[in-house]
Amino acid sequence: MTDLKLPENSTSRKLSIVVFSGDFDKAVAAFTLASGAAAVNWEVNLFFTFWGLNILKKKRGRSPLGRGLLARAFGWMLGGVDKLPLSRLNFGGISPKLMTGLMKDRNVATLDELIQASKDLGVTFTACEMSMHILGLKKEDFIDEVRGVVGVPSFLDTSKDAHILFIS
Amino acid sequence: MATSIDVTREHCPMTFVKVKLALAKLRPGETLEVLLLEGEPLENVPRSAREQGHEILEQGPLNGGVHRVVLRKGA
Repeated sequence: MTDLKLPENSTSRKLSIVVFSGDFDKAVAAFTLASGAAAVNWEVNLFFTFWGLNILKKKRGRSPLGRGLLARAFGWMLGGVDKLPLSRLNFGGISPKLMTGLMKDRNVATLDELIQASKDLGVTFTACEMSMHILGLKKEDFIDEVRGVVGVPSFLDTSKDAHILFIS
Repeated sequence: MATSIDVTREHCPMTFVKVKLALAKLRPGETLEVLLLEGEPLENVPRSAREQGHEILEQGPLNGGVHRVVLRKGA
């Protein structure tokens, strides 16, 4: 049994991260902050928008997700979490694999491990309704941990009294 | 027999993550022995455990910069 609820006397602090980028290295940064903060008792909310939605796709590789030809072409080109490019020196997609190898060698958590840790620690995942609409993506296209499809008011409401970070 | 976790080979944020998840699996009053390195883990693991209502029963250095901390899970 896992028990992640906060004790009553805890001074809970809140962190909201807007995950705008779908770059591998920036996703690592977002999930490192998210899991690290959750581990020291912060309440963490991740709001995924635009390219960041690629991280959430159930289909980890390339798949023509989306409604309409153009959206499907985008879906194919963008791909899922296994296709996230490095923001610099991507070399046609080989670099993220090399980087993951390096992270394993150096005993640093990989992106998959950081995402899993965030899930295990109860970090909430929400997806931006508007960018999903543009890309023709549905909630079913995403991993089950995505709690809701939301807009700006819900994001602000969740982020009340929170530190807000925008990762672009 | 107390549960034990060694995070001396881990780096940020997994040092904190693994301790938090290990504590989450325990019942209140049960203890967790943590082996960690001095520096960031030693400064922050006991502190955040205390903040979360857990108790530090023992804390002391072993060899090679490794420290042993025994935590008791709070209610």
